[in-house]
Amino acid sequence: MPTRQCAIYGKGGIGKSTTTQNLVAALAEAGKKVMIVGCDPKADSTRLILHAKAQQTIMQMAADAGSVEDLELEDVMRTGYGDVKCVESGGPEPGVGCAGRGVITAINFLEEEGAYEEDLDFVFYDVLGDVVCGGFAMPIRENKAQEIYIVVSGEMMAMFAANNIAKGIVKYASSGGVRLAGLICNSRNTDREDELIIALAEKLGTTMIHFVPRDNVVQRAEIRRMTVIEYDPKAKQADEYRALAQKVIDNQHFVVPTPCTMDELEDLLMEFGILDVEDESIVGKTAEEEAGASA
Amino acid sequence: MCAMKREEAEALIQEVLEVYPEKARKDRAKHLAVNDPSAESAKKCIVSNRKSQPGVMTIRGCAYAGSKGVVWGPVKDVVHISHGPVGCGQYSRAGRRNYYTGHTGVNTFGTMNFTSDFQEKDIVFGGDKKLEKLIDEIETLFPLNKGITIQSECPVGLIGDDIESVSKKKGKELDKPVVPLRCEGFRGVSQSLGHHIANDAIRDWVLPRRDGDDRFESTPYDVALTGDYNIGGDAWASRILLEEMGLRVVAQWSGDGTLSELELAPKARVNLLHCYRSMNYLARHMEEKYGIPWMEYNFFGPTKIAESLRKIAALFDDRIQEGAERVIARYQAEMDAVIEKYRPRLEGRRVMLYVGGLRPRHVIGAYEDLGMEVVGAGYEFAHNDDYDRTIKDMGDATLLFDDITGYELEQFVQRVRPDLVGSGIKEKYIFQKMGIPFRQMHSWDYSGPYHGYDGFAIFARDMDMTLNNPCWDQMKAPWKGAATGARAA
Repeated sequence: MPTRQCAIYGKGGIGKSTTTQNLVAALAEAGKKVMIVGCDPKADSTRLILHAKAQQTIMQMAADAGSVEDLELEDVMRTGYGDVKCVESGGPEPGVGCAGRGVITAINFLEEEGAYEEDLDFVFYDVLGDVVCGGFAMPIRENKAQEIYIVVSGEMMAMFAANNIAKGIVKYASSGGVRLAGLICNSRNTDREDELIIALAEKLGTTMIHFVPRDNVVQRAEIRRMTVIEYDPKAKQADEYRALAQKVIDNQHFVVPTPCTMDELEDLLMEFGILDVEDESIVGKTAEEEAGASA
Repeated sequence: MCAMKREEAEALIQEVLEVYPEKARKDRAKHLAVNDPSAESAKKCIVSNRKSQPGVMTIRGCAYAGSKGVVWGPVKDVVHISHGPVGCGQYSRAGRRNYYTGHTGVNTFGTMNFTSDFQEKDIVFGGDKKLEKLIDEIETLFPLNKGITIQSECPVGLIGDDIESVSKKKGKELDKPVVPLRCEGFRGVSQSLGHHIANDAIRDWVLPRRDGDDRFESTPYDVALTGDYNIGGDAWASRILLEEMGLRVVAQWSGDGTLSELELAPKARVNLLHCYRSMNYLARHMEEKYGIPWMEYNFFGPTKIAESLRKIAALFDDRIQEGAERVIARYQAEMDAVIEKYRPRLEGRRVMLYVGGLRPRHVIGAYEDLGMEVVGAGYEFAHNDDYDRTIKDMGDATLLFDDITGYELEQFVQRVRPDLVGSGIKEKYIFQKMGIPFRQMHSWDYSGPYHGYDGFAIFARDMDMTLNNPCWDQMKAPWKGAATGARAA
């Protein structure tokens, strides 16, 4: 079996890193060999696997050593729970330099050093927020990640972001083999959340691969810098991540997405009562003007 | 003379445009024109300062070239940092023949390359810290520098390095001007924007340093000589004429120039501007803020020199006006001898010029002094106001071309068959291989100076030795009949 390379995208703060690490832990528990590549300057994509605050990043080590050519693979790669291999691309402090270039440099380094040649079943890229520039599209360019999973919730902005990411995938799908592999709903307990995400998935031409319910055990495990799988393997939530892992293993539904127009998306949100039906007559009216009109 | 008729010239332009796809043809058509000296302005006849079409082999430079290479580079006692990867600074190092005096590496730095030599980590983490370190190292190794400029290369703009805050911090620390330039190469359509950016930086970071400082003892005869980059010693050959007529040159911008000359220019009485394109912004600024009138002049060829000297003198009193006449008279015999010697050898020859933003119009007079005619002229990066000036200087029905493409220039030369082409190094060998004598008009073909009376003698000699070089008689294979070549055409 060739290595399956997957990238996880989604709105910032949606729970990408937590979901990815729990999913990866479940895959490892099921006997899969997995590597996580963190593509976020915050470098928090591997902490639950390594029980670390933040892993030393490729870019930081390269800067300390002089250049990336001065590094060896074993310098940058750590092994954590379930023999999961961990690397972080790293990047600058907010407001300086170019984080996107950091991702490009780090991934090229991993490739040149043969990080992907090891006997791996899965590589997971955990990518910062939205696809902000070419650098953060790196995992889906040049035939790196083939499968994209989008973490989403029933909140409006999360769904907008998911749709935007789908647009990014379309752009690269035509030149390479990248495909949308499904939506992972990380529940925020909004009304009819599962139905809404299933409807969104349908519009994008994909499926909601799993609905991960909200459970405080995730936070309890996080405080201990652990995944739920490791912290409390008997927890109900651990089974949810196992179920997600099995669905990922079995997944064969890879599509070129069909992103919606703004209007379509708003219609969907209105249908589920998340967005009020627009009242054109109030657009651009100040409170004073409205009061005057009603008087 | 054998200039084309208007209809012929117009037909030639149409024919050359023929080869383009429709969109490119429409665009290029606006940049090619047949001159009409009676036209009021160039606005209706030619479009300039627009983005070049991809794939047409434009020979333009970039904003970095305009700022670092042209305006700032010649300021000799200031260290100019090429901020970014190593190539921009290294491959342009010492390439512009702007002569200067001084001990290079001690108190002058003109031909050296200082660069922050960006690596991957500098892109990712930003280059600010490295820049600070570099400035400290410069200060340690070259303590006699009078200031530092930071010339941005492209990546600096992409990653948003805050060079202004580094400049402020280091400027305070060193008590010297540290000047940031946002001259990233991708900005603007040519090097012209780089000139403007460099002018603005002098306005904002240099000139105000002496505001309200009256220690400098001025005289009523103080002038600033600006827009001369001292290519092959041009500014020196110009400066002596001004001095001989009784003026005091207190600032020379920027060829063989110094920081204090930049600072002192606002103390001059008159600002004399040679290259309008690259320094008109500062001329206007100094006029507005300091009330210094500015005047364009032309020191190519004795006719234009005499005209300019009299025009300059008219701004001063009788003493200077007499001085101007004295200077003109002093060189008269020498100039007559030059013309007597070379004119018979050059009379009637036709020239096509494609240079930067000033010379295509400014050298016309010098060629005319030798009996030659400019039948086509174009600029790499001129603006509308440059063409306004050009249409008056060029003959009727001559060709005007803006940001000309490789194809167009070759076609024009092949069809018009001028006796001489004057352009840059990238054009030189193409036309020489066509059998057409060629002079580099950016670098004076490693000769010069060409400005001033001394320069004209060299200019005339160079044109003669190029045009009348015996090699052109050898262009045709002996078995193909009488040698015709370019000369006989």
